[in-house]
Amino acid sequence: MIKANVSMNVRKATPDTCIVDIVGEINAFAENALMDAYTQASSAGARNILLNFNGLEYMNSSGIGLLVTLLIRVNRQKQRLSAFGLSEHYQQIFELTRLNEAIGIYPDEAAALASLG
Amino acid sequence: MTLPSPNSQKANPRENAWAPPTARMKVGEMPAGPRNINVEGRQPLSPLQGFGQMWQKTFKVRLSGVDKTPAEVMQAWKDNFPKFQPPENRFYPTMSGIKPGEVLLIEAKVPPLPGLPSMLPVSTGVMVLYADDTTFTVMTPEGHPEAGWNTFSVYEEDEVLVAQCQSLCRPNDPLYDFFNRFLGASSQQDKIWIHVLVSLADHFGVKGQAATTKVLVDPKVQWSQAKNIWQNAAIRTIFYLLGAPIRWAQNLGRK
Repeated sequence: MIKANVSMNVRKATPDTCIVDIVGEINAFAENALMDAYTQASSAGARNILLNFNGLEYMNSSGIGLLVTLLIRVNRQKQRLSAFGLSEHYQQIFELTRLNEAIGIYPDEAAALASLG
Repeated sequence: MTLPSPNSQKANPRENAWAPPTARMKVGEMPAGPRNINVEGRQPLSPLQGFGQMWQKTFKVRLSGVDKTPAEVMQAWKDNFPKFQPPENRFYPTMSGIKPGEVLLIEAKVPPLPGLPSMLPVSTGVMVLYADDTTFTVMTPEGHPEAGWNTFSVYEEDEVLVAQCQSLCRPNDPLYDFFNRFLGASSQQDKIWIHVLVSLADHFGVKGQAATTKVLVDPKVQWSQAKNIWQNAAIRTIFYLLGAPIRWAQNLGRK
């Protein structure tokens, strides 16, 4: 059975913003790691969650599904979800799956933080 | 922690499993049979663009005793995908088969009311969003009964192969939502995936029983998407069929 091949580190960037550094693969088996990272960020009082994809090695369609369920959880808590560091390929996948219509995408951490004002 | 910059990320050969960028669905070379309406030129949808509540439904069957790899089972699944469907839900892959970016047309019949036979025609389709050796995902077009994705996968769990269908979808418009909530369309869809899994198990000589898990991901209805009804494939299929005599007369006039 395929096991999760991902690690997620949560760090506080501003008093109400947490960054989740994703390193590895996002597939169906990454669910616990992703949701645990989200819980950790929320517990730290984050209103803005930034997903850092610089360390992403691979994401399959189940991984995209996980991002949708995460987005719904974030929206229900009236938080905001953004992403940065996506390669060109995954930016295209976000467009194809129309996730880019709901998740703000920025080239790097500085731009993502600047967008929060 | 030191992270590679996005520019340093090497292209992963597995990225070919994704459909190429496309804003509108394009139907490839098709076998004879399907009407090919309600798909060409439609935008593919994610679960975010639908109207009704978002559900994640997971259907699984354990293929106990099957001595194959997940990739071998998936290949058989792809090759026989139309055959594993129930008679009222006919799938027509393009000549290229189940490959990223390809469209599968669907000629379905749905019951107008619970307990009645399936008789209302719906012509629609899906696009293959992702396909690798053990998984493939299809996404629905505008007008389809559901907005979202269905993922079919095979994996090992406790040394037993498991075949799984997982949908992450919303009813696409208020009419479909009404049919789902009050007229049994949702359970009809569930029966289709259970039928597919049992057929797959039967193909490998296993008397499979499908287990179902349903999670309400988003209880909210998105009224901003009520306009989707304009492209409702069921309504448009009925109008298309009602217009058949007019098209026949027009063709006769041209000859």
